[in-house]
Amino acid sequence: MGRLDGKVVFITGVARGQGRSHAIRFAEEGADIIGIDVLEPIAGSVSDPTTQADMEETVAAVEALDRRIIATKADVRSLEQVKKAVDDGVAELGRLDVVLANAGVSTFTGPTESLSEEAFTDLVDINLNGVWRTCAAAIPHIKTGERGGSIIMTSSAAGLTALANLGHYVAAKHGVVGLMRALALELAPHKIRVNSIHPTTVDTPMVNNEATFKLFRPDLDKPGVDDFLEAAKVMNALPVGWVQSVDISNAMVWLASDEARYVTGVTLPVDAGMLVK
Amino acid sequence: MGRLDGKVVLISGVARSQGRSHALRFAEEGADVIGFDVLDEIKGSASGPATQADMDETVRQVEALDRRIIATKADVRDWAGVKAAVDDGVAQLGRLDVVLGNAGVFTAPSLAEDMEDDIFMDTLNINVAGVWRTAKAAIPHLKNNANGGSIIMTSSVAGLSGIANFAHYVASKHALVGLMRTLALELAPSQIRVNTVHPGTVNTVMVMNDVLARVFRPDLENPTADDVIAVAQQMNPMGADMLEPYDISNAMVFLASDEARYITGVTLPVDAGSMVQ
Repeated sequence: MGRLDGKVVFITGVARGQGRSHAIRFAEEGADIIGIDVLEPIAGSVSDPTTQADMEETVAAVEALDRRIIATKADVRSLEQVKKAVDDGVAELGRLDVVLANAGVSTFTGPTESLSEEAFTDLVDINLNGVWRTCAAAIPHIKTGERGGSIIMTSSAAGLTALANLGHYVAAKHGVVGLMRALALELAPHKIRVNSIHPTTVDTPMVNNEATFKLFRPDLDKPGVDDFLEAAKVMNALPVGWVQSVDISNAMVWLASDEARYVTGVTLPVDAGMLVK
Repeated sequence: MGRLDGKVVLISGVARSQGRSHALRFAEEGADVIGFDVLDEIKGSASGPATQADMDETVRQVEALDRRIIATKADVRDWAGVKAAVDDGVAQLGRLDVVLGNAGVFTAPSLAEDMEDDIFMDTLNINVAGVWRTAKAAIPHLKNNANGGSIIMTSSVAGLSGIANFAHYVASKHALVGLMRTLALELAPSQIRVNTVHPGTVNTVMVMNDVLARVFRPDLENPTADDVIAVAQQMNPMGADMLEPYDISNAMVFLASDEARYITGVTLPVDAGSMVQ
């Protein structure tokens, strides 16, 4: 018996990284999936673009667990695209219970005053406005079910504290907390819970890349993963440089399950003690 | 397969209410239990003392789940008693993995300026120093584990915000957050995680008694349980009647399990959103 049997979860950024891990963990717990991903290059992204092949790998992994998944190419910068993907997914799978607003990017790093207009506004458009669009498209379906639900936004440790040279990212991730709290209040009467998760560095393409290694090790010419982990470890209280996607997924499963039926409005760090250090 | 198979959990205040619920949930997930309780009158406590009969009932229910429990009479104000209970329990059950610093009291409410010295100091001694003594007795055993452990302290929404007439309780529950953050830092190198849980109003004898009823409903001469519930509903945006002890136990299980292996230094409200209201 799964902890999410019979539920349907909507996941943005589902093609790889944390999104794929969430899809697999939720499927393991008995949920069906509606997933979207942009599957296109994002200007200035520190990681390679997600691809159709990535998406197909997610679909195959979920179907191998005998769960259903409706996976669509859609961009969180377009309310119309997000709305269509959710509407179609709900039409197919019959209901919506959980939303994981996971899609996000990390782009150009540098002193905040030196960021270009596009760099700043594009990132906020994806990492904050995209979360709002995801919720706006999903909430009517959750309300229709009259069974309550759970919305979980992926913020960041950088949503509760600052990191230098990531001003746009820090601002957007802090903004997610405000959006979460507002929605938690608005949706509480409908028994729809809203929470944010605040990961430290996670072993995904967004972190596991040269640009990010360079951000952590400006002292080295060509820092490798071990150089990065050495620096990242200093940031965390627990003796690890990063956590795995499944650690974030496990927190999502708990928050989505009935075990957390009275947890709402909460900022939950999964950060190896970065914030307490 | 339980989520805590083979683990041993130490629970203070195990005779009834949240402590008993934790013992049962942890036993359901496969853990054995070391428990103690004061089983004596606490001056000014509105809930009446926990009794040997309460303790016997906890033991009976854990054993009915086919788990072992070593239950002892011990007072968190007495270091030697706590240490003996923990050491004896570990000697019998072979190890210690999880600590639930659950024992606490709520005594005579009044304006801070009217509060008696011994009422204030007893609350701090039980609710803060008692959790410190419990952790202190447990930490050497936790450090014997190759893969660390998890300490979870029961704070309160009163550990994150003020409540009129509750100065002693509010001060004690805030202090736990400081204790937790310090221990999280000190113990992270040993992979021992330390977190606090912050319940809203929970349906236990600490809340459901005549004294609290009059605090909640000063307007009524003889307030009933229903009158208290009506106020509790106003205290959270979900309109929840009251949390049940197992809602807190479920958060404890999550934080104790490997699913939360990178969660440390965190204040986790389980409060139906009262903190965002």
